[in-house]
Amino acid sequence: MIMNSHLNRRTLLKTGAGAAAGLGLASIGGRAFAQEDTIKIASLLDLSGGLDAAGKPMQDAITFAVEEINQAGGLLGKQISLITYDTQTDMRLYPQYSQQAALKDKVSAVFGGITSASREVMRPVLRRLNTLYFYNTQYEGGVCDRNIFCTGITPAQKQSKHVPYAMNKWGKKIYTLAADYNYGQITAAWTRKYCTENGGQIVGEDFFPLDVTNFGSTIQKIQEAKPDFLYLVLVGGAHQSFYRQWAAAGMNKQIPMASTTMTIGGEQMVLSPEETNGILLCFNYFEALDTPANKAFLDRFHKRFGADYPYVTELAMATYQSVYLWAEGVKKAGTAERMPVIEALESGISLDLPSGKFSIDPQTHHCVMDINIGQIQDRKINILESYSQQQPLDTSGVCDLKKNPDDNSMYVIKV
Amino acid sequence: MDLLVVLSFEALKAVASLALISVGLAIIFGMMRVINLAHGEFLMLGGYAAIVATKAGINIWIATLLVSPLVVGLIGVVIERTIIRFLYGRPRDTMLATWGLSLLLVGLATTVFGNTTEGISAPAGSLQIGDYRIAAYSLIIIVIAIAVFAAIWAVFRFTRYGLIARSTMQNADMAAALGVNPSRVYAVTFGVGAGLAGLAGGVMAPITGIVPTIGAAYVAKAFITVIGGGPAILAGTVSASVMFGAIDQIITYLSTPVIGEVALLVAAVVLLRFMPQGITGRFFRRAA
Repeated sequence: MIMNSHLNRRTLLKTGAGAAAGLGLASIGGRAFAQEDTIKIASLLDLSGGLDAAGKPMQDAITFAVEEINQAGGLLGKQISLITYDTQTDMRLYPQYSQQAALKDKVSAVFGGITSASREVMRPVLRRLNTLYFYNTQYEGGVCDRNIFCTGITPAQKQSKHVPYAMNKWGKKIYTLAADYNYGQITAAWTRKYCTENGGQIVGEDFFPLDVTNFGSTIQKIQEAKPDFLYLVLVGGAHQSFYRQWAAAGMNKQIPMASTTMTIGGEQMVLSPEETNGILLCFNYFEALDTPANKAFLDRFHKRFGADYPYVTELAMATYQSVYLWAEGVKKAGTAERMPVIEALESGISLDLPSGKFSIDPQTHHCVMDINIGQIQDRKINILESYSQQQPLDTSGVCDLKKNPDDNSMYVIKV
Repeated sequence: MDLLVVLSFEALKAVASLALISVGLAIIFGMMRVINLAHGEFLMLGGYAAIVATKAGINIWIATLLVSPLVVGLIGVVIERTIIRFLYGRPRDTMLATWGLSLLLVGLATTVFGNTTEGISAPAGSLQIGDYRIAAYSLIIIVIAIAVFAAIWAVFRFTRYGLIARSTMQNADMAAALGVNPSRVYAVTFGVGAGLAGLAGGVMAPITGIVPTIGAAYVAKAFITVIGGGPAILAGTVSASVMFGAIDQIITYLSTPVIGEVALLVAAVVLLRFMPQGITGRFFRRAA
């Protein structure tokens, strides 16, 4: 028995070593081949779980951008291959898949992360592993890290227009409902700032964990406070029930709503028109943008994904455009290597994209872009007002990557 | 004054919701002594049954009040016949089996429906109370809860099945000696408990929306209510619901939903410290 197991172990070791050597060779060969053949990028998005409504359109957008670039001949003569990871709305999967993308797939860039919490999990991992990172969600501002580019809009671009516009339209008393994590808390603080600066008053402020579904007593509190309108920073599937309960109480006809997040998960298609009519939005992109670039984009997109595709969301467009920014950086650098691409992107790349002129601000690695106010009517969004080329002033107030290239902070901007 | 009315109304709704989501467990756990950790998943299945039926064009009232309990009740009978009946009198094994069942049901629902929030809009519009507006659906939940409890009480008190079920749970051997088939009584009673859970899931669906994992949000509250209620299943469930629901709602109104939930749990701990047998272990001992 002992002999036997000894022999077994020895043979096992031999075969094992042989197999390992074989595998090693194969993988080295495979990698060398892949490097010649394609440029790899990875997407890490929540395609299932509570945030899937936001993640799926982003995945379609990145798929579409990669296909378009490949059909046009690829980058530097190579095709782009997209590696997709579904992070399942599970915070543990973000660092794990970030590591896999960086170490196993050796991608040139990672695109993704939806909530700010997930970004702050991915960012240090990708920085440590020297892998370029694009974060394409509107967020609270303040990230200062040379390894990341943020293409989403920040409060100085969004709330600075959205809050005063709504106050002019409806009145000066605001009740804020927000998700209870960094994005919701900080966005509520910015809302307070722009409200008081414009002579308004916050009459109530409530925060909800992402799994809260019962808003009954909150709806009574709102009625008691009698605001002129609601400012909503609600996030995810569970919070959707607020819109249902609000309408069920008949309040949708009494107090109007402005929302920072409505439509990023195509909610206007899931909820009924009565539940969403009149909600005031503020984004970089709406499908209704009347520009040749956008019309051409929508034609191509609907050919690929069908004429009945629900809606190209803000986050989807930011994701699509971020791939083009990255591709422009790669072209300019002549390589997909990280540092040359970062330097090329910092040289002030500016593109005409479906959402209008879109430029990288070298000082903050955020973007300068047009901002639009829209309003939902029967599942369509009409554009009411446009503001051209808004700077990410919140982040540029605290972050200067030209002066401090080694900065690696998430500044919580004092509001 | 209006505010007081509206707030007590909200509290009443919270009490009714808590009583509804607990009543199925009160029968399965309180009466049959089966620790059913898949209770939350029964509610989840009821919610999906209501949503699927409504989206298939069935009237929403029929979907929530009829389709949900029937579908989940049948599933309950099947589960009792295939799993639970081998485990009576073995609480630890039952716990493991129903926990496994709960994971299985979550997995199945995720495969079939996807891990997305599904919802239907609440029917019935809104009511005006002074300066305030409330959802008429809240009133309907209260009415349904009262009707369900009245019906259960009547069935157990006045019908032949109720008498047989109560006697079988008290002493199955004696019931068998008197010509009752305990196995069938267990199956039917488990089915009734599951059906009531399904009904609650269907009724709650328009308010909360449904995801495959929503059961986790319910199961703890249901157990706390049933255990806090004590041995008399109906009076216990009602009194515990009144206490916990009111505390949750009042604290939520005064602070935030998170603190409201914390207050509910603190109340449960304090209650069980001073009344380990639950509310009806000390008061209303002779109630049903």
